[in-house]
Amino acid sequence: MNQITKKVSSEAATPLNTAELKDIVATMLNEANAKGATAAEAGLSIETGLSVTVRLGEVETVEHNRDRSFGLTVFFGKRKGSASTTDFSRQAVTDTVQAACDIARYTEEDEFAGLADKESLAMDYPDLDLNHEWQLSTEEAIEIAQQCEDTALAVDKRINNSEGGYVTTHQDYRIYANSHGFNGDYFSTRHSTGCTVIATEAERMERDYWYTVSRNPQNLDDPDYIGKMAAKRVLQRLGATQTKTQKVPVVFQAEVARGLLGHFVRAVNGSAQYRRSSFLLDKLGETIFPERIRIDERPHIKQAIGSAPFDSEGVINRAHDLVTDGVLQSYVLDSYAARRLNTTTTGNAGGVHNLFIQHDDKDLQGLLKEMGTGILVTEVMGQGVNIVTGDYSRGGTGFWVENGEIQYPIEEFTLAGNLADMYKNLALVGNDVDTRSSLCTGSWLLNEMMIAGS
Amino acid sequence: MTDKHLHIATQNLLIPAELDESILSKVIHSMMGHDIDYADVYMQSSRHESWVLEDSLVKEGQYNIEQGVGVRAVSGEKTGFAYSDEIILPALTSAANAARAIANQGQTGSIRSWDKRAVPALYTEEDPLSVLTAEQKIHLLRTLDEAARKIDPAVKQVIASISGVHEVVLVAANDGTLSADVRPLVRMNVSVIAERDGRREQGSAGGGGRVTYNYFLEEERALGYAREAVRQALVNLDAKAAPAGAMPVVLGPGWPGVLLHEAVGHGLEGDFNRKGSSVFSGRIGEQVASKHCTVIDDGSIASRRGSLSIDDEGTPTQQNVLIENGILKNYMQDKQNARLMNLPVTGNGRRESYAHMPMPRMTNTYLANGNYDPQEIIKSVDKGLYAVNFGGGQVDITSGKFVFSASEAYMIEKGKVTYPVKGATLIGNGPESMNLVSMVGNDMSLDTGVGVCGKEGQSVPVGVGQPTLLVDRLTVGGTSA
Repeated sequence: MNQITKKVSSEAATPLNTAELKDIVATMLNEANAKGATAAEAGLSIETGLSVTVRLGEVETVEHNRDRSFGLTVFFGKRKGSASTTDFSRQAVTDTVQAACDIARYTEEDEFAGLADKESLAMDYPDLDLNHEWQLSTEEAIEIAQQCEDTALAVDKRINNSEGGYVTTHQDYRIYANSHGFNGDYFSTRHSTGCTVIATEAERMERDYWYTVSRNPQNLDDPDYIGKMAAKRVLQRLGATQTKTQKVPVVFQAEVARGLLGHFVRAVNGSAQYRRSSFLLDKLGETIFPERIRIDERPHIKQAIGSAPFDSEGVINRAHDLVTDGVLQSYVLDSYAARRLNTTTTGNAGGVHNLFIQHDDKDLQGLLKEMGTGILVTEVMGQGVNIVTGDYSRGGTGFWVENGEIQYPIEEFTLAGNLADMYKNLALVGNDVDTRSSLCTGSWLLNEMMIAGS
Repeated sequence: MTDKHLHIATQNLLIPAELDESILSKVIHSMMGHDIDYADVYMQSSRHESWVLEDSLVKEGQYNIEQGVGVRAVSGEKTGFAYSDEIILPALTSAANAARAIANQGQTGSIRSWDKRAVPALYTEEDPLSVLTAEQKIHLLRTLDEAARKIDPAVKQVIASISGVHEVVLVAANDGTLSADVRPLVRMNVSVIAERDGRREQGSAGGGGRVTYNYFLEEERALGYAREAVRQALVNLDAKAAPAGAMPVVLGPGWPGVLLHEAVGHGLEGDFNRKGSSVFSGRIGEQVASKHCTVIDDGSIASRRGSLSIDDEGTPTQQNVLIENGILKNYMQDKQNARLMNLPVTGNGRRESYAHMPMPRMTNTYLANGNYDPQEIIKSVDKGLYAVNFGGGQVDITSGKFVFSASEAYMIEKGKVTYPVKGATLIGNGPESMNLVSMVGNDMSLDTGVGVCGKEGQSVPVGVGQPTLLVDRLTVGGTSA
């Protein structure tokens, strides 16, 4: 079936007029000032792009999108109000400023409220080479998506259905400005290709996927490689059985180990600390990982997926360690959390930018060898992660491993433990580092987890 | 009634843009080339606000305005779709041109005259946001904060929020559909952290529906959320490690109905079944659950969070029996998938907003009452788990594997509920687990109005419900062997 999606708006055909957009933001800040706001900040973003999906060789959707929004936060002393809209007309700008100011009349004073300190702002920020447009026609995009899916479908006749192949290319333009005089803007691009296929054996279906993503289209993996990876992964899942309830060592493949690194980031986030809702509460200076582990943030890597020239408050973001020799060195802070915790911002308003965990000198196969007998986890399901207590219990899919060799696929089991223990039990980090997101890690070998199965 | 809604939609969406019914008719007419067999226009305006209390202060308030129009043209199996965030004629015309571009142009087809059917309204058209002043909303949040902290000194942190949406939609289609809906949706949530002897636990509760904020003041509902959040956190302070392994599981009434949403609901959506990617594909008429299971999706329950007077394609919602005494009866459909599968529409065509395409989605999904007294069900279990509150769930509709995460659970030993255990994920396979439902209680209730369902990047509000029930065997993902 074919679905074609197209977003149009009256200015869809014209290139972005960045001067005009900066003017809207400046107008907004001026109007807030005129209405008596003592400080204000405004953000504007416009995302344009093309997404194509095909299924079983036929075009399913072609979507040209142009999504825009802008928002304003005003401060009247220590009172705060926010409003946002998708309408860029003069009247809408005025109405949005008014709405934010109206809210600030009713909110209560918060002694920590306010913009980031002027001294912390990235008045000079680097060009991180994040903008690489893909000059791609709709027809070319369709061909690439088809090639991914065709390759996967051709690998084995058991691959007999598909959820489709896709190509997306997006460009994002952002402005952040505030009444301290910060006024930053940058373009960035993001391109991706992938496919999801379904295989059937003995009347049981399984599906799996693979994808590639990059700021620069030249660095995307080849469509044939994507198709082959998706095919390999789905075929490996066929014939999966349950495993018994037991305690065994576990290897989390890099894509799922990323989640474990993500839970760490949530637990050391400033808001989880001042809300006292973290299993890593007040752990600064304490050992939370084995001694060799270092976790550091590198926000300014050229072309990297997680890079940003400044954080979402306009603050300078610098390379720094979160964990050194297993010891927690720093929380993840924006200026508000920093004031609450009586420290300074780490330039993490809006999140972390390219977090790396130091890896050992072994690939995934090496980790399995080191594990000997246990489970390789390739997919986790559900929301069973409690950041307040660290309790972890999620559904899993993967493989039973003996003597370092994959034996057979397993499914319908759970993995349970406490994240604080899991971090201390981190025996090895693989060198198969997945850099497709802002959290970059190889596979993890954990000494022991509770598995529930049949 | 629809007439009244149509009047409100005309005032809100058409008149400010200098549009009217005859212009809409012309726009749809312009799309009806000979290859186009369906075309529609969806206009929407919405206002959203939220207020959040933390540290006993209401420090955050947000207000958002959004409006736009989505235009769709369907040709056989092809769909053209375009949208614009401006509701003005040039944008509408250009969207219509983009949408019809997928089909060959040719002679002009005809459209049916407007069929303004009167559909009973399932909820008030009153603006839910304006029934309370800003001061009253703030006062309400502070009351909850005080109440929660007063219950037990272990309560160290309270986050309370109130939010509301008021939305007006208008759908016009070449099949004669001309319908409007005025949709309120409000929600409150209270989340607390309790701390005792260095141990911290969380509890959260909330509710809402297609009502005004007054709903929270009636029957002390808002206070009830605060008390419930504290109760859960205190229970969890005493919880021991959850068991690991396959065992009988008794699920409590109401929100644990997330079981049905994941184990069968998604797998019965028409699009997956047309594509053959669901574990339930091609199984109408087959036994897919035990004979105790009758599963219903009903978007026509008054004032519920998952209810709609009309779906987002203008089809009135209805009660759909999906599974009757274990036999698969029906899938949930939107207009396109119903047409392609040659099945009737079911009022399940939903979209997140004008900028998203409709697809088959659940509304309020629940399991019908059985005959058992809930106590009798618990008594029947020698050793198992009694789970009464859940976080969310997830399903792989292709393999049928589903998970849902308990946030409040107890051990059952020798027919008695003994001690609380920590949260754990439960995992099963949709059709297999539904066939293992061996006892169904007589205490059916719907959840308090908190569900959000995500599918292909689109979020919509939904409801779930069930009576107490026993699944003979589910895998419980605890840490205690």
